[in-house]
Amino acid sequence: MDEKSKKINRRDFINKTVRVSVGVAITSLGGVLLSNAGGSKLVWQLDPAKCVQCGRCATSCVLTPSAVKCTHVYNMCGYCDLCGGYFRPETKNLTTAAESQLCPTAAIERSFVEEPFFEYHINEKLCIGCGKCVKGCGAFGNGSMQLQVRHHICVNCNECSIARVCPADAFSRVSVDKPYIFKGFAQDDKT
Amino acid sequence: MFFNTLSINAGPRFPMPEFESGHKQPQTIQPAPRSVFLEYFDVFVLISTLSLITWMVHKKRSRKGVFWISIFSLLYFGFYREGCICSIGAIQNVTLALFNPGYHIPLTVIAFFIIPLFYTLFYGRTFCAGVCPLGAIQDVFAINPQGLKTWVQKILGLIPFIYLGLSILYAATSTDFVICRYDPFVGIFRLDATFFMFTVGALFLLTSVFIARPYCRFFCPYGVILNLISKVSQKHITITPTKCIHCRLCEYSCPFGAIDKPVAVKEIGNRSNALKKFVVLSLIIPLLIFVGGWTGAQFHENLALVNPKVRLAKQILNTDIQDNTKIFSEEIKAFKSSGKSAEELYAEANLILKDFEIGGWILGGFIGLVFGLTLAGVSVFKYREDYTPNKGNCFSCARCFEYCPVKPETEV
Repeated sequence: MDEKSKKINRRDFINKTVRVSVGVAITSLGGVLLSNAGGSKLVWQLDPAKCVQCGRCATSCVLTPSAVKCTHVYNMCGYCDLCGGYFRPETKNLTTAAESQLCPTAAIERSFVEEPFFEYHINEKLCIGCGKCVKGCGAFGNGSMQLQVRHHICVNCNECSIARVCPADAFSRVSVDKPYIFKGFAQDDKT
Repeated sequence: MFFNTLSINAGPRFPMPEFESGHKQPQTIQPAPRSVFLEYFDVFVLISTLSLITWMVHKKRSRKGVFWISIFSLLYFGFYREGCICSIGAIQNVTLALFNPGYHIPLTVIAFFIIPLFYTLFYGRTFCAGVCPLGAIQDVFAINPQGLKTWVQKILGLIPFIYLGLSILYAATSTDFVICRYDPFVGIFRLDATFFMFTVGALFLLTSVFIARPYCRFFCPYGVILNLISKVSQKHITITPTKCIHCRLCEYSCPFGAIDKPVAVKEIGNRSNALKKFVVLSLIIPLLIFVGGWTGAQFHENLALVNPKVRLAKQILNTDIQDNTKIFSEEIKAFKSSGKSAEELYAEANLILKDFEIGGWILGGFIGLVFGLTLAGVSVFKYREDYTPNKGNCFSCARCFEYCPVKPETEV
């Protein structure tokens, strides 16, 4: 379009040129993104091998209580008589009395298996993800209690607010196909 | 034996007992995340609502339709999807994917970023009208909107550009997603948030009563992109369905100050004067870009402190981590147990700092450019005979339609 044309036409022409180039730009941006796309959805998960049980999972999640909960990996459990995840370290009586329990919300329940073994279960409704039991189990036992993002609770924020404050950098986006990471799970899988 | 640290591959400290009663261990419960099908359904809902609202605005010219669609979006994308996934936050995922090849962006996020851009390119900002839940929740609260002075709008309108620049800088350096972090309404959508989030959200909603859509107009970084694209959109709403009769009824109808008034004919004579002003102002743009870039680079260390690695390196540099009598922060404790040497961390932090120095130049230069263009834009003279919506700022909310007494020649 030449300069002699009416002003309004020139403006239309410029608009049209810019519009077409913006369209091309958006399309090519989409193309570049698609070429790098992972396809499957990503979810947040923490790596128990890196976790230091600082307790921030309990306080930093956008949900109250947190979507991070203690998860009991049963086939790693050593069925310790003095369960480091269940009892306070200095406890005298190995009973279910509140003063003997480590969990601040009594979220760990135990069921009798046979003398002298008990099995420990996590009541997810009560668990706040503070990681106290995880620390105890890891220090004195096999480390079968591990913190994990529970995906039926997690709202999968674009940027996990716990990941931002995790001192051990244990959080990462993982593929939805393998949404849980267990420490030592594969090696000890006997079942 | 109790106090040995157990390495991952060494096998369990205590082997599992052989149960005499034949007890079988339960399986560890691993609940599945929300299914991928539902994610694609979200994209379907996005396209449907966008198409429907575009039809409502352009063909039906119905404010009621727009309102009800916005209520639906508020319920679906806001309260049901709890504000995540959103197009505004997708800016950061897109940036991260472009700068960090290790991050594979999900298809749904690409869809949420790209689709509204295309609709805007063809029909104007119908996405803002009532598909974005953040816009919808503020729109509901726009009860008694007061007009703002043009210069106030111009100055506040610079904030989204700075916000966009900052969020891109932090996303590109894999530091943080600031848009999500400071999303004022996500706490309200989840009905669960920290005190800070609730306060900010409530303040925004209170402000919305008097200054309509404060987040959309003066903060939203996605709005910046849509604003620029909408300026060249193929179709855009017009206040009158046929011909403007200059009745001035719509003059104050826009709660967002997005209606441009006609320009008096006598001002045409000033055109050459305005052109001169424009040329002079254009000349100072390169200067502004340089000053901005230089300033940005000066502050790159402060900007980089948001990055957790840089922060940790600074903390460790300032504390004696060998001193065991001290009580360390969780970060330092975790760093010590990770077995990494301080030198490695410093090297990593230095690399990030270098990125931030470049980023500081670009961010500062960008802000300088925006300032310069806004300044130059003030002097651009554009002759208008009719009341027209400002193509960039208009949210296509369809409020002004009701004020126009001219009816379409053929009823649709």
